Amino acid sequence: MTLTTFWFIMIAFLWTGYFVLEGFDFGVGALMPLLSRSDADRRQVLTTIGPVWDGNEVWLITAVGAMFAAFPVWYAHMLSGFYLPLFLVIVGLIVRGVGLEWRGKVTSRRELALCDAGIVAGSVLPAFLWGAVFGHMVYGTALATAAGGALSLTMAMLHGAVFVALRTTGPVRARARRAALFVSAAAVPLAAVALPSLPGSSALTVPDWSASPFLWASALAAMAALASGVALVWRRREGWAFTATAAAIVLTTATLFGRLWPAPMPGVTVTAAASAPYTLTVLTWLGVLALPGVIAYQAWTYWVFRRRVSARSE
Amino acid sequence: MDALDLARWQFGVTTVYHFLFVPLTIGLGVFVAGLQTAWLRRTRRGEDGEHLLRLTKFFGKLFLINFAMGVVTGIVQEFQFGMNWSQYSIFVGDVFGAPLAMEALLAFFLESTFLGLWIFGWERLPRAVHLACLWAAVIGSNLSAYFILAANAWMKHPVGYEVVGGRARMTDLWAVLTNSTALAQVPHVVAGAFVVAGGFVIAVSGYRILREGSYGEAGMWRTSLRGALVMTAIAGIVVAGTGDQSARLLREQQPMKLAAAEGLRHDTAGASFSIVPGVEVPSLLSLLAAHDPQAVVQGTDDIERRYTAAFGPADYTPNLPVVFWSFRVMIVFGMATVGLSFLGLWLTRRRAGPPRWFSRLCVLALPLPSAAIVAGWLLSEIGRQPWTVQGELMTAASVSPGVSLTEVAATLAGFTLLYGVLALAEGVLLVRHIKAGPEPVPVEPVPSGEARLTPTLMY
Ligand code: HDD
Ligand code: HEM
Ligand code: HEM
Repeated sequence: MTLTTFWFIMIAFLWTGYFVLEGFDFGVGALMPLLSRSDADRRQVLTTIGPVWDGNEVWLITAVGAMFAAFPVWYAHMLSGFYLPLFLVIVGLIVRGVGLEWRGKVTSRRELALCDAGIVAGSVLPAFLWGAVFGHMVYGTALATAAGGALSLTMAMLHGAVFVALRTTGPVRARARRAALFVSAAAVPLAAVALPSLPGSSALTVPDWSASPFLWASALAAMAALASGVALVWRRREGWAFTATAAAIVLTTATLFGRLWPAPMPGVTVTAAASAPYTLTVLTWLGVLALPGVIAYQAWTYWVFRRRVSARSE
Repeated sequence: MDALDLARWQFGVTTVYHFLFVPLTIGLGVFVAGLQTAWLRRTRRGEDGEHLLRLTKFFGKLFLINFAMGVVTGIVQEFQFGMNWSQYSIFVGDVFGAPLAMEALLAFFLESTFLGLWIFGWERLPRAVHLACLWAAVIGSNLSAYFILAANAWMKHPVGYEVVGGRARMTDLWAVLTNSTALAQVPHVVAGAFVVAGGFVIAVSGYRILREGSYGEAGMWRTSLRGALVMTAIAGIVVAGTGDQSARLLREQQPMKLAAAEGLRHDTAGASFSIVPGVEVPSLLSLLAAHDPQAVVQGTDDIERRYTAAFGPADYTPNLPVVFWSFRVMIVFGMATVGLSFLGLWLTRRRAGPPRWFSRLCVLALPLPSAAIVAGWLLSEIGRQPWTVQGELMTAASVSPGVSLTEVAATLAGFTLLYGVLALAEGVLLVRHIKAGPEPVPVEPVPSGEARLTPTLMY
């Protein structure tokens, strides 16, 4: 495997980490008002992601930073090409970030409502836009853009609802389960339409049977994971359901990046976009030395906060 | 006005804004960690350290309000290179991307993950582990400064690279990370950040002393005030020393910036330093810039001529008044804060409260160093014009060709509006919490079993 191939896989890995981790953050943020009947409920919901959301967001910062370093031409084309959508992503991340962090520092109802609005808008907007951006990158059509956005938003909401069901007790947990089933009614059909076109086709909903069997395998596995996720929610196996929705996101992202190889954007091939071997070697050492540590201490965070969050009104 | 001008404005506005919050994160984080360490050591010895815990939580809360803004505005920075400066990104990515990726992997992950643990971990983690989390986070902040500044220093003094096919290619990572410019700039900026954070704590403590009419319960405001005075004084010495070092590097690496900062038009031996236009101290500039009163310092007009000969006709002179005055604002406002800290160390040496006029003066320690640090960046970035990468890439050739004037204008307006509203909100939040003062430490028993709903500092 050449260094360029390796770094393409690393970029895919970092985006996958981002979509899996911030995926549930976005879902939790988007569903927060629907899962809550009182302010105590809202705090209970948000506490499930409180300690981890910022660490999850750094996966994005790392993915984009690594693209800048390893594939500067791709980075430059993608960011300047999707100028306005990315501006909206940033605005979303800004209002969401300050909403989450300031929510506990304000008291009046109006200010709480503003923070909540920031959290909801800032979760829905980027969750939709990332799917739209990548959908557009693959097909370049308006339909694919809309379908990509809808798919990523609903998958994030499903993933987030399962996460809340897994991490809470009481009425919020029950509501989260119902929300997950409800959202899956949209996510599953969308996936059934969008995922088969991902391995290779020039337009949405026209599957290309000659595409790489690996991509077909991962697209079909993604659909299977999603379906089993829904079944597991139904059977109240929340831990396994969360594993399944995470796997669905991993497999979808893998298919997506498989599809983007070897020319992620028109006129941009991975080989021509890459940095020179010296830089890629430096980055490889960096990744090999640093990433295992990052994964270890982030895993430890989830371990520290593994207990379910209960709704005790103080 | 074209897209280039607006893109420059956008970079200036968003970066200055990001850098209003960053210094406080860098310096205040260390200060809070110091307070918590002092508290832990005291309680370990069986002494009463409650006021230290209250100070930790009080300044910790202010730290977190500010931190949120630093994080969300930082994301803009990373995206902006690709969005507005795609030609620049393509040119520098091979070199510049590496420190950026290192920043994310080695610094931001550390910072954000361990800060989350610290905020929510008060009752969940053993005390020493909990404190270690905060230290890990603040080490992350300080590391991040190193990497981004190494990247920025490379633009001023590119090293360890070659240009192949219109793109810079890194040939020596070590040279990039130990760039002489970076080695002067990192301690200068980080120490500057400690002056800003020290000034913030001085101002807050001064305000609380005025309001409470004394050093407060258990003399807590004397503790925070003196801690901050020591921090500011030490950082001030480092800032002055490394600033001197930076000025000497300018003479070799960016003579235009130095000449602009001095308003020096012609190459001069034994150049004098003009404090303000018209007031000159003979030979001081040569002395400062080269440690030799007779050394030759180049002037803007002569450099312009040499650059035109070397690089072809263009305007190589940056905006002179802005560079000239930023230099002075940086030094005067910054060093005034440092002077205040030395004065304060003398006035607060006894346990009786400081004179009222001094507590009033303390409040100035909030705006002055922030203005100084922003002015320093204006000097540094505007003084580099018209180059993005000194001697290699011009700003005009850096901008994204496919992005229209309307798009840049729309996003510039969007950011300005959003940032304005957020600045207001942040100001209101900080003032409200400073006015309310520290909360009493709760004596409730630690719940066991299920997770507590509310962490002590958030939500
Ligand atoms: C509290 C903040 C503060 C204070 C008191 C000072 N500075 Fe400074 N200075 C900065 C904050 C700063 C800065 C904002 O952090 C800059 C911008 C870029 C950089 O490297 O640091 C800067 C840049 C900067 C530069 C330009 C470096 C370059 O572009 O490569 C020079 C020559 C100096 N400083 C010199 C000094 C001197 C001689 C000082 C006082 C004796 C001084 N500074 C005090
Ligand atoms: C955080 C502190 C910084 C501040 C306050 C700052 C400020 C500015 C300002 C005011 C401009 C506009 C200058 C003009 O064109 O008139 C500018 C331009 C620029 N700066 Fe900085 N800067 C900072 C750090 C950095 C860093 C760390 C980098 C790179 C890593 C950087 C890269 C650039 C680039 C690419 C431009 C746009 C092109 C140009 O006009 O030269 N800046 N900056
Ligand atoms: C113009 C170039 C810059 C870029 C691309 C950039 C990028 C970023 C990003 C993406 C974040 C968010 C990290 C998170 O989510 O945890 C951030 C925060 C931060 N940045 Fe910047 N930054 C720039 C300038 C600077 C400079 C010049 C410094 C230091 C001297 C700095 C220091 C920090 C620190 C300490 C944080 C974390 C604390 C906080 O958010 O307040 N940044 N930056």
